[in-house]
Amino acid sequence: MNNLVILPIAIPLLTAIILIFFARKIVVQRYISAISMLLNVIVAFMLIQQVYENGVQTLNVGNWPAPFGITLVSDMLSALLVLTTTIVGFAVTLYSFQSIGEDREKYYYYTFVQFLLAGVIGAFTTGDIFNLFVFFEIMLMASYVLLVLGGSKIQLRETIKYLTVNVVSSAFFVIGIAFLYSIVGTLNMAHISQRIAELTEFPGILTVIAVLFLIVFGLKGAIFPLYFWLPGSYYAPPVPVMALFGALLTKVGVYSIIRTFTLFFYHDKGYTHDILLVLAIITVLIGVVGSIAYWDIKKIIIYNIITAIGVILYGVSIATDTGFSGSLYYLIHDMVIKAALFLLIGIIIKVTGTANLKQFSGLIKTYPVLAWTYFIAAISLAGIPPFSGFFGKLLVIQSGFEANEFIGAVIILITSLITLYSVMKIFIYGFWGEAKGYNSEQKISYKALLFPAILLVAVSVIYGFGTEVVYPYISNAAETLTNPDIYIEAVLKE
Amino acid sequence: MKNKDIILQTIAKVVFFIIILFSIHIFFEGHYRPGGGFVGGLVTAGGLVLLLLAYDLKTVKKLMPINFRILIGIGLAVALLTASAAMLFDVPFFTHAFDYFDLPLLGETSLHSAALFDLGVYLVVVGTTMTIIQTIGESE
Repeated sequence: MNNLVILPIAIPLLTAIILIFFARKIVVQRYISAISMLLNVIVAFMLIQQVYENGVQTLNVGNWPAPFGITLVSDMLSALLVLTTTIVGFAVTLYSFQSIGEDREKYYYYTFVQFLLAGVIGAFTTGDIFNLFVFFEIMLMASYVLLVLGGSKIQLRETIKYLTVNVVSSAFFVIGIAFLYSIVGTLNMAHISQRIAELTEFPGILTVIAVLFLIVFGLKGAIFPLYFWLPGSYYAPPVPVMALFGALLTKVGVYSIIRTFTLFFYHDKGYTHDILLVLAIITVLIGVVGSIAYWDIKKIIIYNIITAIGVILYGVSIATDTGFSGSLYYLIHDMVIKAALFLLIGIIIKVTGTANLKQFSGLIKTYPVLAWTYFIAAISLAGIPPFSGFFGKLLVIQSGFEANEFIGAVIILITSLITLYSVMKIFIYGFWGEAKGYNSEQKISYKALLFPAILLVAVSVIYGFGTEVVYPYISNAAETLTNPDIYIEAVLKE
Repeated sequence: MKNKDIILQTIAKVVFFIIILFSIHIFFEGHYRPGGGFVGGLVTAGGLVLLLLAYDLKTVKKLMPINFRILIGIGLAVALLTASAAMLFDVPFFTHAFDYFDLPLLGETSLHSAALFDLGVYLVVVGTTMTIIQTIGESE
């Protein structure tokens, strides 16, 4: 019994409800949402410390014992992801103050941001497969509204696509849960895992369900060939919403793949993990091809999301201690740095008025701070050694070599170079050269916008330099993944 | 135009109260028999829609000067606070409590905190349904 586990979900929910009553008072809304986000960051830190000291934390909601009620489980993986989510949420909320515009703020913008965060944090924390579905829906419905809020033509068009894809995948999710329930007869994830382990042989139908779950979560998390909706849908909304989506939504799909493939479907790795491996490598390739193909800075960063998902899933499909550690390290790094990059290109677009890289250059003369912040973010993304992208990718590639999967590891190494090229392209063509494409006499004030971006880049840099401090937490999380008994015992307490 | 609907309007006045009473009945019955906050809320909203059909948006708004979006907020707050109240008593989130009370007129009655949660659901369902119908009805 530990009510700290529910607080990261309950705080944004309560905030969202309070904000409904202050729909017209924009300043009050901003203060309330900023304070609540800051509070949630502190709570998430406390939660991590508690998980680190006392092992996996569980909460049986409603005081019903484990397999019968809903259990919320906070192991190190979910606690770390909750902390990252709250930090990203805090930065994006601060960024929204100056950039989202009063029209959207009056129509419940902050309410839906809080609902989105509640859904994401809930999906990271829950220990019940159907509850995971419900939190997915909370997250998705808030994301539909954030995507369409404002009602411009492109938003309406892309929302219809996004909505259709996600309704279909949610239906598949329910079907998958129904199949699984008819075989194991329980919904509690630890109990499902236990029941599957008790089966004398791994029946073929479970492999079918594993692939069905891979399709569902792959649609949410945009892996090849299910990524087709992402470039268009993420292009439509305003920049802070784009940052939230890019940093959080796809990562929930990735988290669900990690959770189900380490807790349920680890008995017959031959088939499912090979599929995952191949799909992950193709996803990386698709991502880098997209990111060098475009001259639109938003598109470049959007395709980099897909690349990162491929890298993370490659580590997961190797399924060794090193692979999991690398994937988790890279997952957290990627959430922070993607949010930072989206916020930074948002500032660039605000300064130049265009997202087309060919129409402006020479920004570094007028905006040096912006330029060097972007530079640090870009080399962090590519994984230059002292920065945060390095260590995760190193472990992922190392695990690939250890498992004799040379092709995938080499592909990831080479594609890092292309990732670096894609983000450096923005730096070279946008920031260097002669000043053109924007008004260099009138310097646009962007301090309030730059602060949250610098905050995120600073978190990322500290994360990279403080690898020694962070690593015990990461390996603690990876230990639960390679050894699901820790999770099961914490929940069912035999 | 309005005067032509005299039969519909007269019947609506009577039927509206029957529907509302029935919805309250369903709402309170939920713990022991089929019913509860969700159907109760829908039936209440159905009664309000009958008024909307018999009269028009303006009349109903004058009759019930409620901002239904605020009603959603109140409903959510009631539900979440009921669930959170358990934390004050140092038991897990969402733990419910019940006891028997001697109420005047009703005699010995069991009161359960789940009914408060159901009240939250009821308010959210009424608020959501009416917001959808009013918003679509108002937009040209």
